[in-house]
Amino acid sequence: MKKNSPKNWALGLIALAVATVIFVIPFAFIFLTASKGTEQASKLQFDLPKQWHFWTNLVDVFKANDYMIFRAFNNSIWLTVFSVSILVVLAALAAWIIDRRGGRFAKIANFFVLSGLIIPPAVVPTIFLLQSLGIYGSFPSMVLIEVAYGTSFTIMIFRAFISSIPRELDEAAVLDGVNSIQLFFRVIFPLLRSVMITAIILNSVFVFNDFVNPLYFLAGDGTETVQLTLYNFNSQYNTDYNLLFMDILVITVPMVIMFAIFNKRIVAGMTAGAVKG
Amino acid sequence: MKIRKSKLAIARLKQYPMWFTIPLGLIFVFLYLVPTVTAFYYSTQRWTLFDTSYVGLDNFSLFFKDPFLLGGIVHTFIYAFLTSGLKVVIGMFFGVVLMSNIKFRSLLRNLVFFPVLVSTIGVGITFQELMKPEVGILDQALHVFGIPQEGLLGNVTTAIYAIVAVDVWKGVGLATVIYIAGMAAIPQEYYEAAKVDGVSTWQNFRHIILPLLRPATNTVIILSLIGGLRSFDLIWAMTGGGPGFASDVLASLIYKKYQSGFYGLSTAGNVVMSLLILILVLPLSRYLTKREVEI
Repeated sequence: MKKNSPKNWALGLIALAVATVIFVIPFAFIFLTASKGTEQASKLQFDLPKQWHFWTNLVDVFKANDYMIFRAFNNSIWLTVFSVSILVVLAALAAWIIDRRGGRFAKIANFFVLSGLIIPPAVVPTIFLLQSLGIYGSFPSMVLIEVAYGTSFTIMIFRAFISSIPRELDEAAVLDGVNSIQLFFRVIFPLLRSVMITAIILNSVFVFNDFVNPLYFLAGDGTETVQLTLYNFNSQYNTDYNLLFMDILVITVPMVIMFAIFNKRIVAGMTAGAVKG
Repeated sequence: MKIRKSKLAIARLKQYPMWFTIPLGLIFVFLYLVPTVTAFYYSTQRWTLFDTSYVGLDNFSLFFKDPFLLGGIVHTFIYAFLTSGLKVVIGMFFGVVLMSNIKFRSLLRNLVFFPVLVSTIGVGITFQELMKPEVGILDQALHVFGIPQEGLLGNVTTAIYAIVAVDVWKGVGLATVIYIAGMAAIPQEYYEAAKVDGVSTWQNFRHIILPLLRPATNTVIILSLIGGLRSFDLIWAMTGGGPGFASDVLASLIYKKYQSGFYGLSTAGNVVMSLLILILVLPLSRYLTKREVEI
């Protein structure tokens, strides 16, 4: 089973070639189109730019619609940071209590978690509820909605992991005289690091790339998220495909940076029983 | 003895105060549970400009009378079952390959996972252009096999399958990661015991890896089935339900009704979709968990 055997090299090269065709070509298309001049880009062909307009296109995307993309980034990044932070901390806490208490409480909680995973959210009643509270379209309400919609999935990920942490650990800490809050934040929380990273990455991807919910719940000016800028570009620059694809490129950058930082830990967090659901 | 035990149990429960779940519980109840329940009420209302009136089950009968509903349901099923089936098969294959001793392992894994990071709408727009008749390279590649003139997305029969393919392309990375995690959780002794018994690679896969991967498979099936049944944004970005209504699914039909201001009707549609998903997924998830093997 040597990693450098000729067989593993050959298989690796074949797999790399296949993966390149399937996964790299679409991104190459995005990048190349984003680097073209307006006229060449409108032909939508897969070829090299006759002239490279990468920087001018980038600047144009930033300038478009009165620097709208900056506002959108501002909105999307804060939306993601706030909702994911609230979500992972509270969900870890809830998952811990549900797992440790067990019994009827856990049964009821499980029922709600499962139904939250299965039943699609009812949009219109939510809008009316928010309107009657006078917070419809506001940024904080959007944050809370993303938290509510991510609750089930995140509790599910944490529970499987927490159940593998021995209870004796809790008990030893309690004998040392810590209270429940200290017990959670000093003893349990640090142990959750790997699953926490998985939860952060997956939830960030969901929230940052969420298109549907901001469409429903952020119906105001100045609250555009980056996903909605895509549509503004699409209609406003109907023929400017170079800018459209540059926009796709630009709004992917934050998730790529996050992935680059946490890359190796995604799987680690899902191991340890997490996939058992 | 009995009394002491229950005292101990109570003391233990005190360690885990229920109110710790209240902050998240409140958000979940108010923004998810309450709307889900009140949806039943709203689905019996009809909106005029300033007023609502009770119309009983009219919205439901109107929803069921939609001539495109049947097509929408069929497309929803095709979409959900095909994407989740393909993600299981391809995700497992990728997982097995990426857990072997193959070269370039981490590079390959990054390539497979990368589309998960990209916005669904961005992916939809990109493939829309790649499939564009005559110019898109995907369309040109398919021309070699003599496939439709009007392009994959413009063709009534192929549109939905083209979107399914893109959905799988985008989502298979997550399935692969779930499988890799599942495989990493299989204790090494199983492989070693199998090696001692001299089983072939295929037997090893069929009788050891496959059964032990069942929890991972169930997770992939359930997650992608739920995602597929309510899927909307990729379809919306690529075809908007078209050509005609050829790729409309339940979620897009419901959105169109919302868009036209038929709030009661769209809520009734949402209730129908929820019940449909419940009826389908709940028994399936029960059945699947029952078949899991304990490691």
